[in-house]
Amino acid sequence: MIPAAFDYVRAGSVEEALAALAEHGDDAKLMAGGHSLIPLMRYRLVTPGVVVDVGNLNGDLRGISVADGTVRVGALTRHSELEHSAELADACPMLAHVASMVGDPAVRHRGTLGGSLAHADPASDLPAAVLALGATLVARGPGGEREIAAADFFTGFLESVLADDEMLTEIRLPVSGGGWNYQKFNRRAQDWAIVGVAVAENAKGVSLVNMGSTPMRATAVEQAVAAGASAVDAAALAADNASPPSDLNGDAEYRGHLARVLTERALKAAGIA
Amino acid sequence: MTITDDTAGIGSRMLRKEDGALVTGEAKFVDDIHSPGELWMGMVRSTAAHARIVSIDVSAAQDMPGVEAVHTGAELAAMELWVAPLPCAWPVTDDMANPPHWPVAPETVHHVGEIVAVVLADSRYAAADAVEHVIVEYESLAAVASIDQAVADTEHAHTDLGTNKAYTWAIDEDPEGTQAAFDAAAHSVVCRFEQQRLIPAAMEPRGVLALPSPMGGDVTLYSASQVPHILKVMAAATTGIPEQKIRVVAPAVGGGFGAKLNINPDEILAISLANRLGRPVRWTESRTEAAGSTHQGRGQTQHIELASDSDGRLTAIRVKLDADMGAYMMLITPGVPLLGSFLYHGVYETPKFSFTCEGWFTNRTPTDAYRGAGRPEASYAIERAMDMLSYEVGISPEEIRRRNYINGGEPFEMWENPAGIFFDSGHYLPTLDRALDMADVAGLRAEQQRRRDAGEVKQLGIGMCTYVEICGLAPSRALGGLKYAAGGWEHATVRLLPTGKVEVVSGSTPHGQGHETSWSQIIATKMGISPHDVTVLHSDTAISPLGLDTYGSRSLAVGGVAISMAAEKVIEKARLIAAHQFEAAPEDVEFEAGSFSVAGTPSKSVHIQELGFVAFAAHDLPDGLEPNLQEQVSFDPPNFAFPFGTHVAVVEIDEDTGGVDLIGYFAVDDCGNQVNPLIVEGQVHGGVVQGAAQALYEVAVYDDQANIANPSLMDYLVPSAAEMPSITTDFTCTPSTTNPLGVKGVGEAGTIGSAAAVINAVVDALRPHGITDIDMPATPMRVRRAIEAARGGAS
Repeated sequence: MIPAAFDYVRAGSVEEALAALAEHGDDAKLMAGGHSLIPLMRYRLVTPGVVVDVGNLNGDLRGISVADGTVRVGALTRHSELEHSAELADACPMLAHVASMVGDPAVRHRGTLGGSLAHADPASDLPAAVLALGATLVARGPGGEREIAAADFFTGFLESVLADDEMLTEIRLPVSGGGWNYQKFNRRAQDWAIVGVAVAENAKGVSLVNMGSTPMRATAVEQAVAAGASAVDAAALAADNASPPSDLNGDAEYRGHLARVLTERALKAAGIA
Repeated sequence: MTITDDTAGIGSRMLRKEDGALVTGEAKFVDDIHSPGELWMGMVRSTAAHARIVSIDVSAAQDMPGVEAVHTGAELAAMELWVAPLPCAWPVTDDMANPPHWPVAPETVHHVGEIVAVVLADSRYAAADAVEHVIVEYESLAAVASIDQAVADTEHAHTDLGTNKAYTWAIDEDPEGTQAAFDAAAHSVVCRFEQQRLIPAAMEPRGVLALPSPMGGDVTLYSASQVPHILKVMAAATTGIPEQKIRVVAPAVGGGFGAKLNINPDEILAISLANRLGRPVRWTESRTEAAGSTHQGRGQTQHIELASDSDGRLTAIRVKLDADMGAYMMLITPGVPLLGSFLYHGVYETPKFSFTCEGWFTNRTPTDAYRGAGRPEASYAIERAMDMLSYEVGISPEEIRRRNYINGGEPFEMWENPAGIFFDSGHYLPTLDRALDMADVAGLRAEQQRRRDAGEVKQLGIGMCTYVEICGLAPSRALGGLKYAAGGWEHATVRLLPTGKVEVVSGSTPHGQGHETSWSQIIATKMGISPHDVTVLHSDTAISPLGLDTYGSRSLAVGGVAISMAAEKVIEKARLIAAHQFEAAPEDVEFEAGSFSVAGTPSKSVHIQELGFVAFAAHDLPDGLEPNLQEQVSFDPPNFAFPFGTHVAVVEIDEDTGGVDLIGYFAVDDCGNQVNPLIVEGQVHGGVVQGAAQALYEVAVYDDQANIANPSLMDYLVPSAAEMPSITTDFTCTPSTTNPLGVKGVGEAGTIGSAAAVINAVVDALRPHGITDIDMPATPMRVRRAIEAARGGAS
């Protein structure tokens, strides 16, 4: 529980943060809320030489705005801000709801949307939500800004396409309508999901939490619903192509079962008969 | 339910005096106390469960910045820092195996987490960095990773013992008679229950700080301990430092649950190294480290058989325990299962009773006391088995209990149980009736039936448990008879100060119980003064030299009674001074609400608080009377105390996911007279949650190489308030006959009742599937798998 020694840089601007990343390369880690990074450092599972703290960069990087059918969320927006935003409740209610399911109030007041996505934990709630919602992630690096579709973002366990010298600045989501639901199954309120299922926009997007090394779309379910299958029949396909982990909370087979049960519940709650 | 801060004494819901300091950070825990020049210990811990140490390379670690020294176990042994292994105070049989347990393993390690070398560095960070650079080479030996493997006895946890069996202990006067009862039984059940290992998870981890006085030759040990007095004796015996040179202080201590009643390697290392080096030495356990550095709880396989007549009346109980000692005998490791031995018949009469316990070594963290220590295990076994017998006989769980309660459920005193001890008092039926009523079990059963008929996904289960426990440890003679090394008395001093205020010095050692409040209330009632005029001193052997500390729900029934008796002695001496002032005979002086007066002459009166200065000045005391008003008592109770109660748990099970939701909990407890009902309710709440946690959430998981798989609170699931229902409590009052206050004890009661009640509820919900038992913890996957298996494997 004692982290190894590291240097600490508090960035005063995005440019400063990017400069620090450019200087230290893969020896540097960006820290926003710190609620994923610091525990890993305390277990010495990660030992960055430099921690670049962007947690105090507010301004454009923090906040929610809705215009022209697009919701823009600054990467440093806290989960609690998503949870309590009236604008978001209107424009993208699922994201607000999923944010309210993350961890406990202390975590939600520190944790940021960008931090959660960049951490790319397949057991986290928000990555699966943005995947189902068809979000676009905006990253800045030395070469400027680029947009990445959420579907292309997650590449492996705690891995994404984000380069060592890039940082997320914004998450863009379409204003979403239609039936939605999020099912999270865990044993204690503050825990990660053993399995979670997000259904967005009448099941145009369906995604799974903790059913593989990355958050993942349940494409077979999406296609079945699009082709007119019932919730029961579509949900039966939920674990197809998934390779869930086995741990003390559940083995792969049980996770597959949970995915089917929760998908059926989520589809029905989203209005799919 | 109202909370008041009135100043009344015994029986009032006074707010706890301790809490302001505890919740604002004013209270100092060991980790808050620092001393210039202190050295941090960093423990190099074994990553192998059973292995010979081939070599330890400390060279890289030694050269790191801030590192003062790195010592291996062999070096420390050569330094002669200790004269005896860590103590076991409870050798339960004459031939019990007790392999030496050194603070640092000199040659062979016997569990993951055992210390193999110690780093001394000038900061916690430097120590942690250096620990990573100590290279240990092990030669693996076969590890005994489970009770089953220990009992099979083909591989040995201690190679040179040649067996894993540590002892056999029995209460079995008439095995043939017991067998005959089973042969003749109309109904019988054979049960096997697993008491999984639990990791005690007090809010404050353990920690130590040893402060030497090189010129004076004495040393002070601060430790997050429940047992500073016992630690002082044992530290002297283990290190050879003269006992009068050792002072032990337990400052604010954040929970213990038994896990802080041991004599631990880190404590002995800190005091002996500080004494040798002449520098302060400290260590604070990390949460992950605790899985190997602090003892664990439970760890038993229980075989219990019940025989009954055709009406379900018990004719015999036979119990066989296989108890996991872990790798070493710690302070009371071998005795923990035996604390339950007297209770395996529970609250029921049985003509025949046979009990055998075998203790087994494994290559896992040692076990020892954990909230309830042996009694939750016993209560679980008999209360689960009684439900299983009720299924067999075809009557309800409450009916099987009614038919078997001691004395038909009517009041009794001094009932001799089949193990030969006397239950001080009991009256079981009202707790059952009240609990059934409070929970509206009749209404719940109707709702349960409705959901079953409708085939709903969420099914209801209702479970109950009537427990009895043994506490108020303990009559010293009885402990001697059980081969426990120490006595069971408690010591108290009551001192009336010159200004009329009162100091109480208690040998009990609070670590969250609220002693300062309860002891003040006892003084308030006894002496007729405000509880806010009382200060309680404790937990420092220099201030409170005599004491046997806090465990086994003993503080009130032994320590609180000692305080009450010492207060009476102060009053009796004060009465002599008052009589002298009144020029009356002492027998004519009455004491009422704090004031002395002469019978029939109410105009002459003096308040006891005014006599503080009189006794201090000593200008005009009766001839031969010593100055000052200070009296002490060592109270050795004549018997144990036996609290009891009935709990009802209500669960909702999602049959598709297997998720179990504890949605209602109703507890009716009887701990005799209550000093502070607010504190009593708090104890019941916490205890219930700790037992429910065993039933549904907690288990220390070991792999087949005896590595612990879930040493962090991410994977070891201590439930939070969000997982628990609002707990409804009520009480009956059957005073103890063991002590003049009529009090019993309540610190462990909730834990002793709740695991069985919760699992009985889970099984009740699942019974339509033909399921009659489920292992703890009843995890969603385990519950779902049980349903699938019952349905013939279909998902």
